[in-house]
Amino acid sequence: MKTKAFRAALPYTLPICVGFLFLGMSYGFFMRSQGFSFVYPLLMSLFIFAGSMEFVTANLLLLPTFQPVHAFLLTIMVNARHLFYGLSLLDKFKNLGWKKPYLIFGLCDETFSIHCTVDTPEGVDPGWFMFFVTVLNQAYWVAGATAGALLGYIIHFNTKGIEFVMTALFVVMFVSQWEVNEDHRPAVIGAAVTMLCLLVLGSDHFLLPAMALIVVCFLFMRRLTPAKKAPSDHTLTRKEETP
Amino acid sequence: MTIPQQILTIVAVVLGTMTTRFLPFLFFPEGKEPPAFVRYLGAVLPSAVIGLLVVFCLKDAVFTGWHGLPEAIAIVVVGVLHKCKHNILLSIAGGTVLYMFLVQMVFV
Repeated sequence: MKTKAFRAALPYTLPICVGFLFLGMSYGFFMRSQGFSFVYPLLMSLFIFAGSMEFVTANLLLLPTFQPVHAFLLTIMVNARHLFYGLSLLDKFKNLGWKKPYLIFGLCDETFSIHCTVDTPEGVDPGWFMFFVTVLNQAYWVAGATAGALLGYIIHFNTKGIEFVMTALFVVMFVSQWEVNEDHRPAVIGAAVTMLCLLVLGSDHFLLPAMALIVVCFLFMRRLTPAKKAPSDHTLTRKEETP
Repeated sequence: MTIPQQILTIVAVVLGTMTTRFLPFLFFPEGKEPPAFVRYLGAVLPSAVIGLLVVFCLKDAVFTGWHGLPEAIAIVVVGVLHKCKHNILLSIAGGTVLYMFLVQMVFV
């Protein structure tokens, strides 16, 4: 039963394998270029297992001041989308026993996209299928991050500017969501409010006010458009599609 | 930051991530519908946070001598590249190499 589920899961994860190895290696190499031992990307990719947040955490670790509450709140904000991944998988994750906590722990964007779009093939146990999808994706990511950091010990070149890999990742995500969503106001509000706070408050104190102000903006926006339904969101629509 | 402080920061991030992943399953064990405002935030927050993260990456560049000009050039190239080719790896690798070239050779 396990082998069958593994064989069924593997092909779906291969495209993610390529992406995760590349991004994971960039992340590991970036960590090494900032002076971190390979243990950091290894443990962070294993336990945090949320790509964009791992890049952000690297920046938090480089700050001179120790602000764990700030780190916690920032994480909730950055990973808030996971709340809604969970909401759309409430039914699919029912009655899976010990696998359920691990499936929830490993619910990154890419794994979620497979859970949502792929129905377990005929004759394969859904629990084991989703388990192997999650395990394989996490393995690619941890392997990539660790390999990238180890490579950083061997290869030496002028890495000035390599931190842009994180910016580029977010710009790519920004363009992708821009093309999917009809309503561009949330994206504009997110970028504009944060930029405003950055310019007014400076780079040390802008993030929490920006997050609060974004939520306030949405409170007003929702009040102004009460009759309209929430803007198209793929997680919500998908949720309605799956029986 | 000392090493224990770094470990605690990572623990805070792990706890934050786990909160976002486990909370729905703790709140809605029997598939109860979440309130409308939560669903609304769920629809709009992901795009807004990506915008926030792009600006977050620029937090230091804006206050340097070039006021973020090399970053702006590379961001436009990544955006256009991704809009045309839709290849995540190409967009990220191309933009990063261009940016490294800019800050090492042009905007020194």
